[in-house]
Amino acid sequence: MIEILTGLISQESLISFWEANSWVPEALAVATWETIYMVAVSTFFAYVFGLPLGIILVTTSPGHVLENIRVNQVLGSIVNAVRSIPFIVFLILIIPFTRLVVGTYIGTVASIVPLTLAAIPFVARLVETSLKEIEWGLVEAALSMGASAWQVIYKVLIPEAMPSLSLGVAITTINLVGYSAMAGIVGGGGLGTLAYYYGYQRYEDLVMWSTVIVLIILVQSVQMLGDNLAARIAKKRR
Amino acid sequence: MIEIRNLTKIYTVGDQRILALDNVSLTVKKGEIFGIIGLSGAGKSTLIRCVNMLERPTHGTIFVDGQEITALSEEELRVARQKIGMIFQHFNLLSSRTVFNNIMFPLEIARVPKKEARQRVQSLLEMVGLTDKADVYPAQLSGGQKQRVGIARALANRPSLLLSDEATSALDPQTTRSILELLRDINRRLGLTILLITHDMNVIKEVCDRVAVIDNSRIVEIGDVLEVFSNPQTPTARSFIGTVINREIPVELLHRPNGDSGGKTTRLVRVSFIGASAGEPIISSMIRQYDIEANILYGNIDRVKDTPFGNLALELIGSPDMIDSGLTYLRNRGLEIEVLRSD
Ligand SMILES: Nc1ncnc2c1ncn2[C@@H]1O[C@H](COP(=O)(O)OP(=O)(O)O)[C@@H](O)[C@H]1O
Ligand SMILES: [Mg+2]
Repeated sequence: MIEILTGLISQESLISFWEANSWVPEALAVATWETIYMVAVSTFFAYVFGLPLGIILVTTSPGHVLENIRVNQVLGSIVNAVRSIPFIVFLILIIPFTRLVVGTYIGTVASIVPLTLAAIPFVARLVETSLKEIEWGLVEAALSMGASAWQVIYKVLIPEAMPSLSLGVAITTINLVGYSAMAGIVGGGGLGTLAYYYGYQRYEDLVMWSTVIVLIILVQSVQMLGDNLAARIAKKRR
Repeated sequence: MIEIRNLTKIYTVGDQRILALDNVSLTVKKGEIFGIIGLSGAGKSTLIRCVNMLERPTHGTIFVDGQEITALSEEELRVARQKIGMIFQHFNLLSSRTVFNNIMFPLEIARVPKKEARQRVQSLLEMVGLTDKADVYPAQLSGGQKQRVGIARALANRPSLLLSDEATSALDPQTTRSILELLRDINRRLGLTILLITHDMNVIKEVCDRVAVIDNSRIVEIGDVLEVFSNPQTPTARSFIGTVINREIPVELLHRPNGDSGGKTTRLVRVSFIGASAGEPIISSMIRQYDIEANILYGNIDRVKDTPFGNLALELIGSPDMIDSGLTYLRNRGLEIEVLRSD
């Protein structure tokens, strides 16, 4: 950091600094885009599978509308098992599967597989927590009107949990930004790869710090979006 | 309308078994408001929740409108529930929907065509006096308004029966009265049968036609509200009545020393009178006809539903024969007599 700042002091050195580093903005832009792409796609797929899984975890629990203790226990254990594997280990563990699906385990597209798979149980638990907060009285009121389990889910549980669910999406996305950086270290592309190869292995401070700043901006934006959305929904209902 | 036969409910929590209802039988007639009163934990909620099978009975059968509700399949039960409205202590409105859409909710479940559903919601809003709140979210309503939405929602599918689980227990006395009036009004206008549970004897007194007293998982007393008020059979019923009507004769009166009455006897009696007889000069004509002196020691008049209801503590002095005849005279005119002390 200090080096960069002192390097900027004279105009002459400024020009030579720029010449030496003119590739950085473009590399940063490409890497940022890759990160956004990986995170967005894997968040999407994590919800495609995780949302139903979370709903099943809630509704098959004892006394709930689709009570099924066996299904509940089996799914609960799988979710816990996957969640207890550190992501970096998980990443390596499922390389054969990633290869099977994408054909390779290196690159942005390939990273989407482990990111999605690791996020599914995380999303499922987040969804479960959100839906469990809904007062049981609301479910009973719907049942007393003759609602089916499916109607309870899509007319009561999901709409009522919407503020909390949208916060969950923000949390998941932020987590995946972090995970994607880890995936980057083993060749996943995106900001993680950039920081690792140029920042860590080649001591390029500029790259290192720019990456950090971009990551901070990304995470902040996602959090603000999530908070905003949740607040807007909650405010409408107030 | 509702026929409950030998209903028993046992909750199993871990290895503990809780007997919540013990062989309860009960009939609710079409068009009446039937109240069930009991202390907290007596089993009221369990009982009313068995009627629409939110709670599955351990033993026993329940018929609603001729249909054995305890024998239905899941699908049949869902259809049957559409015709049994329910309102709750904490209203249970959806915070994600406006007032209008909360009332739409049961109509969506019953797949009533959109256009007809909207019209029904509109007229329900008028009925409960909330037309101007149609587009407001429940969070902006007062407790009383929320319960009105609850009532409108419960009536949306034109049920023949309304279940009320402590619907006024979270409301202040004034709001309670207005909600009870609304229920009474709906009962009269739509001929809707209402089964309500409460721990508040005022609710029974204001709106119910008949009442059952539940104590410790059993029904200990059942009858017309006026009958139970004038002649309670169990300590539980008496103590509930005591919470709204003062029937207790002050202890000092019960133990008042007798003056020298020279061959005459003194008896302390409680006279309860209901309805029309409350307006007639029965006591004074008894005194004239039977040569009895009477001291009125204590008295009050109240109203149970729409009927005047009174209590009088009388000290009667006269010959034993005369007093006996006098009391028979009163009994023959429909007054309830209880001898509290006799010398
Ligand atoms: N879901 C339940 N699981 C276990 N015990 C219950 C449950 N619901 C009620 N009980 C018990 O059954 C008894 C009757 O409860 P309830 O019907 O709610 O009484 P009330 O409505 O008169 O207060 C109480 O002892 C209560 O603790
Ligand atoms: Mg209760």
